[in-house]
Amino acid sequence: MSGHVTELVVFTLLFVLVSGMGFVASRWRRPDDLASLKEWGLGGRSFGSWITWFLVGGDLYTAYTFVAVPALVFSAGALGFYALPYTVVVYPLVFLVLARMWSVSHVHGFVTPADFVRARFGSPTLALAVAITGLVATMPYIALQLVGIEAVLKAMGITGHLPIVIAFAILAAYTYQSGLRAPALIAFVKDALIYIVILAAVIYIPAQLGGWDSIFDAAKAKFDATPAQGDGYLLNAGNQLQYVTLAFGSALALFLYPHSLTGVLASKNRNVIKRNMSALPAYSFVLGLIALLGFMAIAAGTKPVVGENGKADANTIVPVLFDQMFPDWFAGVAYAAVGIGALVPAAIMSIAAANLFTRNIYREYLNKDATDSQEAKVSKIVSLVVKVGAVLCILLLDPQFSIDLQLIGGVIILQTLPSVALGLYTRWFHRSGLIAGWAAGLASGMWMLYLIPNPASGKQHFGGSAFGLSNLGFDTRMTVYAGFLALIVNLAVAALGTLLFRAAKVADGDDATARDDYFADEGEPKVKDLDLTGSH
Amino acid sequence: MTNGEPGQPRTDRSPWNWLLVVPIALPLMTFLFNADEPRLLGFPLFYWLQLAFIVVGVTCTTIVYRMTR
Repeated sequence: MSGHVTELVVFTLLFVLVSGMGFVASRWRRPDDLASLKEWGLGGRSFGSWITWFLVGGDLYTAYTFVAVPALVFSAGALGFYALPYTVVVYPLVFLVLARMWSVSHVHGFVTPADFVRARFGSPTLALAVAITGLVATMPYIALQLVGIEAVLKAMGITGHLPIVIAFAILAAYTYQSGLRAPALIAFVKDALIYIVILAAVIYIPAQLGGWDSIFDAAKAKFDATPAQGDGYLLNAGNQLQYVTLAFGSALALFLYPHSLTGVLASKNRNVIKRNMSALPAYSFVLGLIALLGFMAIAAGTKPVVGENGKADANTIVPVLFDQMFPDWFAGVAYAAVGIGALVPAAIMSIAAANLFTRNIYREYLNKDATDSQEAKVSKIVSLVVKVGAVLCILLLDPQFSIDLQLIGGVIILQTLPSVALGLYTRWFHRSGLIAGWAAGLASGMWMLYLIPNPASGKQHFGGSAFGLSNLGFDTRMTVYAGFLALIVNLAVAALGTLLFRAAKVADGDDATARDDYFADEGEPKVKDLDLTGSH
Repeated sequence: MTNGEPGQPRTDRSPWNWLLVVPIALPLMTFLFNADEPRLLGFPLFYWLQLAFIVVGVTCTTIVYRMTR
């Protein structure tokens, strides 16, 4: 640990400074009343283009991306680069969808995807399914942010869990105090730090390693020498379809997460969203370069930190690379960027999870006559509980297991696509058909994940998301993203179920939304701030 | 978004929206660019071209945004 003193001092200083900003945030753009859920959870819904850009970017590009994507590129090669096409595809894909979501949410006062589903399909059961799916998928995501911080701490030679507990106590305290304002303000600092670190990394490190040519050649040499079929410095016949479906499936899933929607709903009007969809890819460029840190680590001969259980922790590859290549003080800055990069999304995610619980479970099932301040209070407490749960995940479970949980989370959140995303376009599906499709998608997704082994870690089940088509009787070594196949099952069952329930004349729910609601914009009389007490 | 005439339902449809298909489809057609050569600044084709698709994405969404707002 003696060799890391400078890094540690710089890291701690920046971390404390930024946390201080979190507490000040409650005074920034001060509302009249922070005691209502609307103010606390959605920042008063008054964010313009710039803040929305930082806020949405802040929760989509997390510490985990910073740590895990290059780790995947380091160990699997080209396949790990899927993160780039994924973020290129996602914005044009949701460009129109999110504008509709914004409009209908602002007309009816929706805060969560489940709110929308409840009103659109007149089905509290379907809304509950969507809410629980969102909660279950979000929690491991928060836990993973801790994996990011932990990787940095490990690279500085710090073991033990106390520092993480302290970091999350700070996070919990300032989100409790300031709601969404805290991450929105800190996101500026986080992004500035990340841009500085990445620019330095992609100019300085390649120069040290003899240029990009030799970095890619080193990667090619490494993967040519390995016998494994899943890796390679380009795609091969086996993983090409996996690459495409993983990129596309991840893009479909991204805005189904409740926390991505929080940032979108907090924007001022439809145009702010559309403008952001064209400006957010600036982050993709950074992401692509971050992914290539994995190849730089290969060229630099970086060795991941070996944990207490004797297994190398691939997630430490980027922090160790920084330690190796940068002067100590700058490695400290880079670590702070990763650490703060974990706090912003964790804060936004826990707020979104809290909103989900408060509105779709607490108000719907536990206390139907909750007042504004009761709701805000429950939300604050749930956001604490969620964070404590995330810390417990890390303390009690093998970190590898939290990564698997996240993988499962991606597959299950995709199963809300037919009711949430397609629901914005069509009311054709029968509510019972959608519930059947959701259940079938979940079941088949779990079944596929169960069948996927991981030869590298010797695990028999839940070893990845690449489902071999040979399991279905095809004579091929092609693999497909399990979530994508599960979604196809979901859609097929939902469509068949719809036809069946219609034919059997099973009652369908009422649609509380009108066609025009999907196009309403700021300044129109029916576009309003949240109606928290009324029920729709 | 323009306000529709009375009696005419509002819509977000526009021929410009078709432009959004380009940045969705192009990055997913891996068979077109799964190759090492030609390299650009040391980057193999597979890597630099996908980075270049970001520019395609930004251009297309910006055009659609400007033409339909």
